[in-house]
Amino acid sequence: MAKKFDFGYYCREGVSSIFTHGFMSFAAVCMIVACLLIMGSFSLVAVNLDNMLGDLEAENEFLAYIDESYTQEQAVALEDDIMAVPNVSEAIFVTRAEALDDFREGRDNQLLSDLEPDVLRDRFRIHVEDIELLKESADAVEQIPGVADVYAATDIAQGFVMVRNIATGIALVLIGILVVMSLFIIANTIKLAFFYRREEIAIMKMCGATNAFIRWPFIVQGMILGLAGAIIAFLLQWGVYELVAKAVIQSNGLSLLAILPFGSLVPVFLPVFCGAGLLIGVVGSVVAIRRFLQV
Amino acid sequence: MIRFIDIHKEYDNGTKALKGINMRIDDGEFVFLVGPSGSGKSTIMKLITGEIAPTQGKLMVNGYSLNNISPRQIPMMRRTLGIVFQDFRLIEKKTVYQNLSFAMRAIGASSRELKRRIPYVLRLVGLEEKADRYPSQLSGGEQQRVAIARALVNNPNMIIADEPTGNLDPNRSLEIMMLLERINELGTTVLVVTHEKNLVNRFAKRVIAIENGRIINDETGGYYNGEKV
Repeated sequence: MAKKFDFGYYCREGVSSIFTHGFMSFAAVCMIVACLLIMGSFSLVAVNLDNMLGDLEAENEFLAYIDESYTQEQAVALEDDIMAVPNVSEAIFVTRAEALDDFREGRDNQLLSDLEPDVLRDRFRIHVEDIELLKESADAVEQIPGVADVYAATDIAQGFVMVRNIATGIALVLIGILVVMSLFIIANTIKLAFFYRREEIAIMKMCGATNAFIRWPFIVQGMILGLAGAIIAFLLQWGVYELVAKAVIQSNGLSLLAILPFGSLVPVFLPVFCGAGLLIGVVGSVVAIRRFLQV
Repeated sequence: MIRFIDIHKEYDNGTKALKGINMRIDDGEFVFLVGPSGSGKSTIMKLITGEIAPTQGKLMVNGYSLNNISPRQIPMMRRTLGIVFQDFRLIEKKTVYQNLSFAMRAIGASSRELKRRIPYVLRLVGLEEKADRYPSQLSGGEQQRVAIARALVNNPNMIIADEPTGNLDPNRSLEIMMLLERINELGTTVLVVTHEKNLVNRFAKRVIAIENGRIINDETGGYYNGEKV
């Protein structure tokens, strides 16, 4: 006789309850929006920094200069020692002549045409797997006999790593605080709805309603509030991101920064926003009504 | 069927509400449970509806043993009962029809079942013309009839009425009792908790009298306050 899951009923009751306590619902949605906006902003900073670090890893290798007393054959033979250093993914040998050609490329200067390759050293262009370990890898390579010197742009890499780590740390702390506040407000909104309907719920229990039947409309209410907050936060995030990206791109001084288009982030960020919103809504609801159902 | 075997109930504050109750109410019976305030009537009601558990003794309600019933089974046990309260406990913002459909929805009934069952029950209690009225638009007697309809709508084995006429004048009280008697004649067990002497004596049904947590009289065709046949 009985229907196991009356989805239509749960939705109607959940939506009706949202409007019955409009102000609390509005406050709950605002908290979720704030929480997700901050989470999203810091995540976007971290994603862009990661992308830039990826570019650094892909494009900027460090250089190991070979002792001038080494012949080219002796220098090439150092590749095995360099590859044995942890975090080194690739070592490309560059002769003095090739290095000079690279140096001349793009420089329209007659003086350079008189340079002899002997003024430069043979060298290895060395790629690393993890840019955070660039300095350690460069130091290790420098210890190899035959390597006279290394050049690594560790300052830039470490700068990006530091900014990313700080952004991640701040984001985690703020997200933690805001998640707790969001849960608190959602839980109070649901408690208020529960209190408002306590007579109905008492009647339902006397009629033989199960706890699940009583609980579901409140969970649906939490889910709708969470999802609404998530969608609003996502749209706001999109707008803010586009504005910031435009400002960064227009700024000549920051031409170093490559900003990812928001469109490429939507497939990841939209589900994450919606998932986080739903999770906050459901957990808040379940926590709020758990102790009221013990009759 | 309800079976109390040597039931004791002591509350956390030390109050001994029931002191060895033995009683049996069979299917199809009409029973008055009478007694003064504080005699233990409400405790018996709460035990039957599973709101509290006995401290000692064995309690069976419509095939469920309430001594070791699991929380998941309590709603199923309650579906075998229809409960009527003194203060009606209708939802003011819902119409008569919606109050009944609310009770049916609570146990997961489908829209088709609602449309089939509610008009029948409203006809049974004589309110088929007032399905669209709100409780505030009805008299006290009519509101109690809605409460009885709500108790009946899920087709329970037993109706338990807790002081159903406490808020009604004598004529309306009589109507309600006659309605409960009719429901009983249709096969539903009825347990009425009351201390209205005149009504109890007028119907001459089985009367269980309780005082100080003990049954002091249990007679079919009995009268209240020991005025026996």
